[in-house]
Amino acid sequence: MQIQAKFFNNIVKPASFVILLFPLLFLISGLFFDLLGANPIETIIRDLGEWALRILLLTLSLSPLSRALKWPQLIQLRRMMGLFAFFYASLHLFCYLGFEQSFDIRSVIEDIWERPFITAGFAGFLTLLPLAITSTRSKMRQMGASWKALHRLVYLAVILCVVHFWWLVKADASTPMVYTAFTVILLLERVCWSKLKNKPKQ
Amino acid sequence: MIFLNKPEITDNEVTDYSVYKKRRQFMKTAAGLGIVATTGAVIKPLFSQSNSSSFSTDEEKTDYKDITRYCNFYEFGTAKTDPAKNAHTLVTSPWTIDIEGECDKPGTYDLEDLLKPVSIEERIYRFRCVEGWSMVIPWMGFPLAELIKRMQPNANAKYVKFQTLYDPDMMPGQRDNVLEWPYVEGLRMDEAMHPLTMIATGIYGKDLLNQNGAPLRLVVPWKYGFKSIKSIASISFTETQPYNSWQQSSPTEYGFYSNVNPDVPHPRWSQSKERRIGEFLKRKTQPFNGYASEVASLYKGMDLKRYF
Repeated sequence: MQIQAKFFNNIVKPASFVILLFPLLFLISGLFFDLLGANPIETIIRDLGEWALRILLLTLSLSPLSRALKWPQLIQLRRMMGLFAFFYASLHLFCYLGFEQSFDIRSVIEDIWERPFITAGFAGFLTLLPLAITSTRSKMRQMGASWKALHRLVYLAVILCVVHFWWLVKADASTPMVYTAFTVILLLERVCWSKLKNKPKQ
Repeated sequence: MIFLNKPEITDNEVTDYSVYKKRRQFMKTAAGLGIVATTGAVIKPLFSQSNSSSFSTDEEKTDYKDITRYCNFYEFGTAKTDPAKNAHTLVTSPWTIDIEGECDKPGTYDLEDLLKPVSIEERIYRFRCVEGWSMVIPWMGFPLAELIKRMQPNANAKYVKFQTLYDPDMMPGQRDNVLEWPYVEGLRMDEAMHPLTMIATGIYGKDLLNQNGAPLRLVVPWKYGFKSIKSIASISFTETQPYNSWQQSSPTEYGFYSNVNPDVPHPRWSQSKERRIGEFLKRKTQPFNGYASEVASLYKGMDLKRYF
């Protein structure tokens, strides 16, 4: 599959950008129209985190999708999506720091040190950080082969995010289960693909 | 606040249950006839004047809307919004309660019979969930001690064990194994007899909604919310400590006592702060949820880090 480059660049890309903003717009309007329930802060923090994870998984599914659909253009959406995942993760972290901790740094450090689920979430964010910083085209060229190696950290990041989710749940693990399943499928697919690709030609 | 000194409780502050029930009946009839709009203003003060006991807090009460739409009641689903959506399947009338175990008056009691002799009073309590949020709830109810005395527990009765109804048809969440069903909670006898411990039948002068544990539930304000078991179907007096559902689910995270304690964190999150529903920033959690002067003596000499 292939779409005219002009159409892809002028329509598909901007449309994806706007769609990826929807969760944020919904949360903001929800706050004004009281749609976020009795504990809006909790809803905001949870939803931002969940959207970060969803978009991260979506980003990771672009390359197998592009292969399955024989649609290489899809890869062009990967950087924007990855940056959106980072954007939602940053907002998630910011809201946690502000609304949960009132920017009390000592209490944040204690939380990161003592609560495994916070440790995992924070580690996930720190893993995404260098990927976001080196996401520009010029950095990519500058770094060459090491860029690819560095960006493999995304697999670690997604695993940390899923663990972060698991450790937060009280009893009903059905939601993190779904994300775990997606993660496992995406990771397995990559292992299989790289094995197939590296198979010596007969 | 106008009343800085909370008045001692007097006879006219409590409402006899049968009178309370008659008013409820009258209101229902009135609503049915569509005259509540004209009489509502007259009826309403009857309840707000039923006044609060000396145990009540004068903190700002949580909105009725929030109390009834943000609930943990896994029998109707695990999301906070599930109970309000799903609990309509619970039939609370007729309702019976089995009284069992080490007491002289065991048997199956109709709710009406059980409540006939009690006086309903309003008590405004803080409510702190183990998850880190809190509310201020004007409960309608009576001290659990009154009920226990009538059942005449014997010398072997060291604990009181409570169970929620088990009926997967009416409580669809019981088809999922997120917890062992039916839900079990328990109190030591002295905790159960403590004047703060109450059985609630209403909130804000109205009968409890199903999602809040209709037709009757426990309220233990110095303990995490999950101790305050909902829709009670049986009460038994035991010699051994009951194994409550959350302890069974995760013994390293939830104990039998579950007293609100900012110094003992949940293994996965801190308990030092809480978000009062309706507020944006978190506030400090108080030992025993602010009831330390009433209940701390119950735990004298106990290592509260061990008996969490």
